[in-house]
Amino acid sequence: MFAVAALAILVALALVVVRALKGPTVFDRVLAGNSVGSLAIMLLAVFGFLTGRPEFLDIGITYGLLNLISTLAVLKFFRHGDLAHDVDEEHSS
Amino acid sequence: MTLVITEIASWLLIVAGSFFTVVGALGLLRMPDVFTRMHAASVTDTLGVGFLILGMVMQAGFSLVTLKLLILMALFFFIAPVVTHALARACLHEGVEPLLAEDRRPRNKRPVGRDSGRRP
Repeated sequence: MFAVAALAILVALALVVVRALKGPTVFDRVLAGNSVGSLAIMLLAVFGFLTGRPEFLDIGITYGLLNLISTLAVLKFFRHGDLAHDVDEEHSS
Repeated sequence: MTLVITEIASWLLIVAGSFFTVVGALGLLRMPDVFTRMHAASVTDTLGVGFLILGMVMQAGFSLVTLKLLILMALFFFIAPVVTHALARACLHEGVEPLLAEDRRPRNKRPVGRDSGRRP
C-alpha cells in the first residue's frame, strides 16, 4: 500500500514541477516550490515506511521547518526587495 | 480480527490520501490563475497529507513514530495557511489581480460597464 502512496506522490510531484516550469508569474513558481517541499516531506515519510525505517520522519520534520522559512524568505524578498526589511522604513517612505 | 480492521482502515486512508494528493497537483496544473492554484494546493496540504498521515499512524501502532507523525501533521496544519496567506498578500501587493468570471468570457459577450466595478 505504501508503494501506491509513493507512486501517487511521484505523479503529483511531476505535475507540480510542470507548473513550476510553466508558471507565468513568479508567485506560481513559489507556490509550486512550496508544494514540491510538502510532497517531498510526504515522500520521505512514505519511503521510511516502505523500507521499514521510520527514522526518515525526523528528516521530514526538519525539511518541513526549512520549507516554511525558505518560502517566507523568498516571498519577503519579492515583496520588499531585501530580507532585512525594517517595518518603520515602509511607513516613512 | 482487530489487525484486519486496522489494515483495511489504513489501506482506505492511504488510498484516499493518494487520491487527494494527485487531485491537488492536477488542480495546481490546470487552474487558471494564481489564487485558484493556491486553493488547489491547499487540498494537497490538508486532505492529502492528513489522510496519508492518519493511514501511517494506523500502521505504526502506538509508539514514538506515531508522535512524530502527529507532530508532522500539526506542522502542516500551521504551515499551509501561513504560506498561503503570505503568498496571497505578496500577490496583491505586486498587483496580481484575481481572475474574475467575466474575464474568461469572450470579449463581445461581457456585460457592458463592468470595468467600473473592478478595483483600481
